[in-house]
Amino acid sequence: MIPISYYLLLSAILFSIGVFGTMIKRNMVTIFMCIELMLNAVNLSFVAFARYHSLIDGQVFVFFVMAVAAAEAAVGLGIIVALFRNRQTLNVDEADLMKW
Amino acid sequence: MSASDILFLIVAVVTVGSAAIVVLSRSLIYSAFSLLFTFFGVAIIYVYLGADFLAATQVLIYVGGILVLLLFGVMLTHRLYSLNLKTETFQVIPGFLIAFAVFISLALVSTRTQWHVVADKPLVPTTDMIGTLFLTEYLLPFEIASILLLVALIGAAMLVRRRTDV
Repeated sequence: MIPISYYLLLSAILFSIGVFGTMIKRNMVTIFMCIELMLNAVNLSFVAFARYHSLIDGQVFVFFVMAVAAAEAAVGLGIIVALFRNRQTLNVDEADLMKW
Repeated sequence: MSASDILFLIVAVVTVGSAAIVVLSRSLIYSAFSLLFTFFGVAIIYVYLGADFLAATQVLIYVGGILVLLLFGVMLTHRLYSLNLKTETFQVIPGFLIAFAVFISLALVSTRTQWHVVADKPLVPTTDMIGTLFLTEYLLPFEIASILLLVALIGAAMLVRRRTDV
């Protein structure tokens, strides 16, 4: 059986790639993809712990994370389309109307 | 090293590689399509962990739903014939340092900790157990999640509609 730390390391790598992308990108859609990457990494460690503790509850949590991710995707894409309609850009540095 | 270990390594490498392409590629379309391979790789690893129903749901929701929504977002906000389908990168060095620090701390925690692991149980179908948990122990969160999805649906439709009343 593969040790649990392998799965956790894979999850850590995916999460760090998501953090890296969120920091270096300025396009809102790409930042969105990186957030999905981070959510997937967390889901992966939830399922790994569920398997190695012989509990099914971790998998149930992943379903809630997926529901929140779907809601976030729908509303986030709505915001992206509305922003593009008003500003003609997706650069997050230019969407600073509410920045103090 | 058994065949299943080698297969796990291959899937892990493909997942991490396509995730890296998502971040490093300058073309939005390439990023979206390599995200497809990342989602599939994660689904295969769910199969490795005995989460059969979850793997199917991952393909259904992430590949069939969220990725298509993302592609819609790309297509609706960029003129496909223009060369504007690029995404610039800024502050690569500080971003890399912070991401590397996050990775080191997560990796240290996951390798140094003595995880409490119960003995390897045989794999069983998980669907009925998940369904039972949803309708008994997690009934309230389940209902709240459905209300959240309804609210998000209405909110998204509200956000993107054309204002005719102003």
